[in-house]
Amino acid sequence: MSDTTKTAATVDAAQKRHPSQREQEWEEKTLQPTLAKSPERLAEFTTISGHPIRRLYTRADLADWDADRDLGLPGEPPYTRGIHATMHRGRLWTMRQFAGFGSAADTNKRFRYLLTQGQTGLSTAFDLPTLMGYDSDHPLSEGEVGKCGVAISSLADMEALFDQIPLSQVTTSMTINSPAAVIWAMYLAVAEKQGADWKKISGTIQNDILKEYIAQKEYIYPPEPSMRLVIDTFEFGMKHTPKFNTISVSGYHIREAGSTAIQELAFTLRDGIEYVDWGLRRGLPVDEFAPQLSFFFNSHSDFFEEIAKFRAARRIWVKTMKERFGARSPRTWALRFHTQTAGCSLTAQQPYNNVVRTALQALAAVLGGTQSLHTNSLDEAWALPTEFAATLALRTQQILAHESGVANTVDPLGGSYFVESLTNEVEAGAWEYIHRIDALGGMVHAIENSYPQREIAEASYHYQMAVDRKEKIVVGVNEFTAEEQPLEVLQIDESVAQQQAAALKRLRAERSSEEVRRRLDALHKAAEGKANLMPFIYDAVKVYATLGEICDAMRTVFGTYEETAIT
Amino acid sequence: MTERKIRVLIAKPGLDGHDRGAKVIARALRDAGMEVIYTGLRQTPEMIAAAAAQEDVDVIGLSILSGAHNTLCPRLLELLREKQMEDVPVIIGGIIPEADIPSLKQAGIAAIFLPGTATQEIVDFIHKRVGPAAGKSA
Repeated sequence: MSDTTKTAATVDAAQKRHPSQREQEWEEKTLQPTLAKSPERLAEFTTISGHPIRRLYTRADLADWDADRDLGLPGEPPYTRGIHATMHRGRLWTMRQFAGFGSAADTNKRFRYLLTQGQTGLSTAFDLPTLMGYDSDHPLSEGEVGKCGVAISSLADMEALFDQIPLSQVTTSMTINSPAAVIWAMYLAVAEKQGADWKKISGTIQNDILKEYIAQKEYIYPPEPSMRLVIDTFEFGMKHTPKFNTISVSGYHIREAGSTAIQELAFTLRDGIEYVDWGLRRGLPVDEFAPQLSFFFNSHSDFFEEIAKFRAARRIWVKTMKERFGARSPRTWALRFHTQTAGCSLTAQQPYNNVVRTALQALAAVLGGTQSLHTNSLDEAWALPTEFAATLALRTQQILAHESGVANTVDPLGGSYFVESLTNEVEAGAWEYIHRIDALGGMVHAIENSYPQREIAEASYHYQMAVDRKEKIVVGVNEFTAEEQPLEVLQIDESVAQQQAAALKRLRAERSSEEVRRRLDALHKAAEGKANLMPFIYDAVKVYATLGEICDAMRTVFGTYEETAIT
Repeated sequence: MTERKIRVLIAKPGLDGHDRGAKVIARALRDAGMEVIYTGLRQTPEMIAAAAAQEDVDVIGLSILSGAHNTLCPRLLELLREKQMEDVPVIIGGIIPEADIPSLKQAGIAAIFLPGTATQEIVDFIHKRVGPAAGKSA
């Protein structure tokens, strides 16, 4: 039964909702006659995730809500209103456009262009061979070099990538997971060569292997050794690069794989809990390493559901850090996050509509209190963005920041009956999942039992069926369609692969093979023991051992992971 | 003698791990009464051709979003020819730039389904192409 067929009183009673005398009168005198005359458009209104939405939210929906306890003030727990007292009045979010294609030189050119256009941080996309720890000339790299991101096979490529970009001033985010330790070591080597102080440089490595098993699937090693590598980077970062985010616990890919908003939130935060657990088991003090954890969420199309998700995320994290882990530092309590608008919401059809989608999603991220933001380009359902499309995406953020007025006040939606109710519901839904995964023995166990994978596949299938049945409308796809001309897109040709292969051949001939062999052997040996592998990886990187060689030195110890494919 | 179900191999070639589409299609085809074998991730054309032969499938569906289609598809078609399986239609779903479509069709790809395709459209295509009458009886 839906809201329109059930009486309001039945629904209220079922939800233990107690509308005021005034609201009951309104229902009788104003609402019922209206419904009798013209029924509502749908029998049931739901978010894009299928979460039910009421007709109207009033004080009755916030009966158990306490403004001091649940909303608070910005910069203080529970951080519902944001983690800084002045939020975007003090400092705008970092405009960080994800970019990477072709060779390191190609991407360096795009980076420097974006910086001249007012972008305030860098974000690197790596190609699939790099993400999988293969050099560009590996047989499995064929056809994939430089396609989905930039090809990085050695420190030489990394030097070219950041040529003339001062790492002491620009913060860089790197979307790299299984081989994160290796790519980060290359980055630190470039910083050292530039004379930048490791204690002062800042940036982020994604380094979130758990969501790889759950959603993105770019994993190399089995969970145990992968988690060891992650904790090695935590420990190394805590000691040597205190301003660097050694992980970006990511819900983005979980959502792209088809999860609901609540699943995205819950699985991401439960992943965060897993990392903290493993860090503690290594003996790292929570208030020393956990402040270096950052988060990364998707901003999808359902405007208020997303805002509620961001607000709920902060609330769950501070409770977790305080109550579960006994953290004492506000730096540990405050959940900082990057946002990317939803790639999976972009349509190949009528691609200019994507500009509008992205603007709305970006607005949700800003109202949700994001620390940094990537806005997708209109052509990304087809290919990596052209320079024109990437610029327009950046301009979208600049218009939000400087023209819309939304950054003039902190948490403008705070206190809204609807937004506060939805924040509560999203939080409650996420806690349920978190407790379920606790009961399964933690996230690594849940993953090995395909639990989150199955939940996501289920949600993704239901959404597709709803679209196929037109229960959910996607403009230009299942409604309002039109004949159209193909879009001009960026093409990456195979010459990048040939150049990379030639460069690698040269590199292997020119470097000291003896030194490379010696340091790879040392890494291999260390991997067999328990030592922190970061220093060994760094040593190997410095003498131009390649990404593939370094990953192989560990592959031979750790083995590789094969998932149980579920459909 | 019962009518044999249409057998479909759904494969993810290349290094890409984005399997949302492959999984949705696998389930939709299964719900439409077909037998679906999903290879899992990171299959080489050699592995896909071998699986298609071993499973005696009627259709091969490839899910490709990485841009590697121009390398992977012709290689698979060549391997199928070597195995005298050129009559098994190969269909692709994923991100394929319009400019690449003519050459892929020329090479022998039976159909290309771009983002936004309703699952029913793929079900209908397979039915029309290989059955249900065409489904070999067991």
